[in-house]
Amino acid sequence: MHAQIQEQHSIDFDAIEDRLGMSRRDFLKFCTVTASTLGLSAGAEAAIAKAIESAKRPSVIWLHFQECTGCTESLLRANHPTLERLILDIISLDYHETLFAAAGHQAEAARHQAMKDNKGKYLLVVEGAIPVKDNGIYCKIGGQTAVDMLKECAADAAAVVAIGSCASWGGVPSTKPNPTGSEGAGEVLGKTVVNLPGCPPNPYNLISTVVHYLTFNDLPALDTKGRPKFAYGRLIHENCERRGHFDAGRFAKEFGDEGHRKGWCLYKLGCKGPETHANCPAVLFGDVSNASWPVGTGHPCIGCTEEGIVFTKPIHALAELKTVTPPVFFARPAEERGTGVTFAAAAALAAIAGAAAGGTAMLARNLGKKAPEPGQDAARPAEKKGG
Amino acid sequence: MGMDRRNFLKAAAGGTLAATCAAPVEAREKREMPQGAVGLLFDGTLCIGCRACMSACKAENDLAPEFNEIEGSTYWDAPLDISGHTINIIKAYVGGDSDEKDTLDGYAFTKLSCFHCVDASCVSCCPVGAMTKDSVSGIVSHSKDACIGCRYCVAACPFGVPRFTYDQTFPYIAKCQLCKHRMAEGKYAACAEVCPTGATLYGPVKELKKEIARRKALTPGTETEFPRGHIGSSDTFVGPVAKYIDHVWGEKEIGGTQVLHLSAVPFDKLDKKPLPDVAPANVSESLQGRIYHGMIAPIAFLGALVLVAKRSAKALGEAGEPDHTQAGDRKGE
Repeated sequence: MHAQIQEQHSIDFDAIEDRLGMSRRDFLKFCTVTASTLGLSAGAEAAIAKAIESAKRPSVIWLHFQECTGCTESLLRANHPTLERLILDIISLDYHETLFAAAGHQAEAARHQAMKDNKGKYLLVVEGAIPVKDNGIYCKIGGQTAVDMLKECAADAAAVVAIGSCASWGGVPSTKPNPTGSEGAGEVLGKTVVNLPGCPPNPYNLISTVVHYLTFNDLPALDTKGRPKFAYGRLIHENCERRGHFDAGRFAKEFGDEGHRKGWCLYKLGCKGPETHANCPAVLFGDVSNASWPVGTGHPCIGCTEEGIVFTKPIHALAELKTVTPPVFFARPAEERGTGVTFAAAAALAAIAGAAAGGTAMLARNLGKKAPEPGQDAARPAEKKGG
Repeated sequence: MGMDRRNFLKAAAGGTLAATCAAPVEAREKREMPQGAVGLLFDGTLCIGCRACMSACKAENDLAPEFNEIEGSTYWDAPLDISGHTINIIKAYVGGDSDEKDTLDGYAFTKLSCFHCVDASCVSCCPVGAMTKDSVSGIVSHSKDACIGCRYCVAACPFGVPRFTYDQTFPYIAKCQLCKHRMAEGKYAACAEVCPTGATLYGPVKELKKEIARRKALTPGTETEFPRGHIGSSDTFVGPVAKYIDHVWGEKEIGGTQVLHLSAVPFDKLDKKPLPDVAPANVSESLQGRIYHGMIAPIAFLGALVLVAKRSAKALGEAGEPDHTQAGDRKGE
């Protein structure tokens, strides 16, 4: 604890205040929140503070392909700290078509310069799906197809982050019949990229991923679909504030009915929480209030982070529960009970019982002998003779 | 010496004859489902394992939770089987990697609660008529006041449904009575009412059988509309049709039941072992009907016994102490 505090003291807060326009208190708050979103151990916030304080800002190149810019828009609305400060001051955003002041050849020149200067060190963030059909002619920037641009930028990138469902696995553009042959960045590049699916994704998951990279010079742990485990390790259903209603069988049946007004479970309305991996119920969305996420506002989850759910399954369709695979605390059809008596056990028991019975019989016989009746004693030999 | 060999065999043969032939009664007729029989359809392929039916059942029937230790925690109601405090349970079959639902390598859900047999063993064996089957709805229920706690029903039920509350000072029998008490309020079975997927569906058995036929006729993999709650409900949803096995549990088992199960995995995996089509109650009642018909056989048997006893007494003489006489006789020999 002391070490942490000392480390924090060695950070030049005045410089940070000048650069980020945030007080020491706000800055440390941001570091702590990020550390907890990432699920890091206590003390990590100090390391994060140290990493961000370092003047060397990593270069970030942000590409836009087949998308709606919703990911950028959601990112711009994060406010602890305001994200444009993070994007512009903590990292060095060298290319971003929406936020760029430059245009045309100037912008493309900046991208090439950044790639040259930071070869092998820059972060590549991809927003939007990449059309591959007909040599990728359906999306071009500055005369270059999306496929070529992505491959060119990814070649020397330290890491590739796919933000949003489109960049992660194709999203809306890849929905059947997929006329442009849209694919996700990972599929086009044929390598592991960090996928941050969502429509739009939670901005704090991107901030946390970037800050994790800044702090540890490494990407966070990923699941089999390339999603950071800290954000996509659990189902929405597991942390949902309405879970109690689900377990008790209290469901809203239609929008505005009694159950809906009382805040009951939205499963029957098609909530995809039981099959969608995301941390929405934990970190919420949009920084508006303590219920600011779809389910909190009364709308069922549409599974925007999950491939094969959003844009594929109808919003009203029932979700398939994923928490029960494998069912850990269900009773089995036939609960294990003791087995019946085995032959050996029965034989052993019979032997013991036989010995006991024999012993008792002998005892009884001897008892008779010790306290004999004169007549009976005499009668015994006679009986034998008679037999 | 007692009765001689010849006489003994004569009496024995007479008794047997009386017991078997004296009452040439036909086997008791097969019981038919009451006209207004109501029941449940449990479609295991629709069950998602939320167990809302279990909590609703406990709430509606005022049953206590069972705090079994599950994964080191004892905070949850986690019954391992139906019991005096749990009359409805969802159980899970787990095989292989338990990844895919409704496959032998995967997992499947099943429900255990009273099946409300057409010819119920528990009703047949109850010595005081505490266990009864409603002549209209066919619901098998029991009266706590009439029950003497003999637990014959516990032993008789082929499904192991009636349970005894051994942990109570004044124990009683507990079993599902299809929320009979709610029907007076115009409601129906709580487990079906809360089921979010219509896996447990309430309705007249005739209608349930029609629904089963409809589902089995559909092509697996296609989508269809499933009612939720009860047959004819306006609350429906569209979902995929599973590949049902060609067996409806409860359609023929022990003369038919009013609770029917559909499944995509064989029923023996769900601890629903093969049962004969004939109700055990029919067999036992037919047998007893023969033996006790007109009380002819029992009276004949008693007569034979009296005869044997009388002859033995005669052979021993009028003296009250046969042992001594015998001992004396032997001594004399």
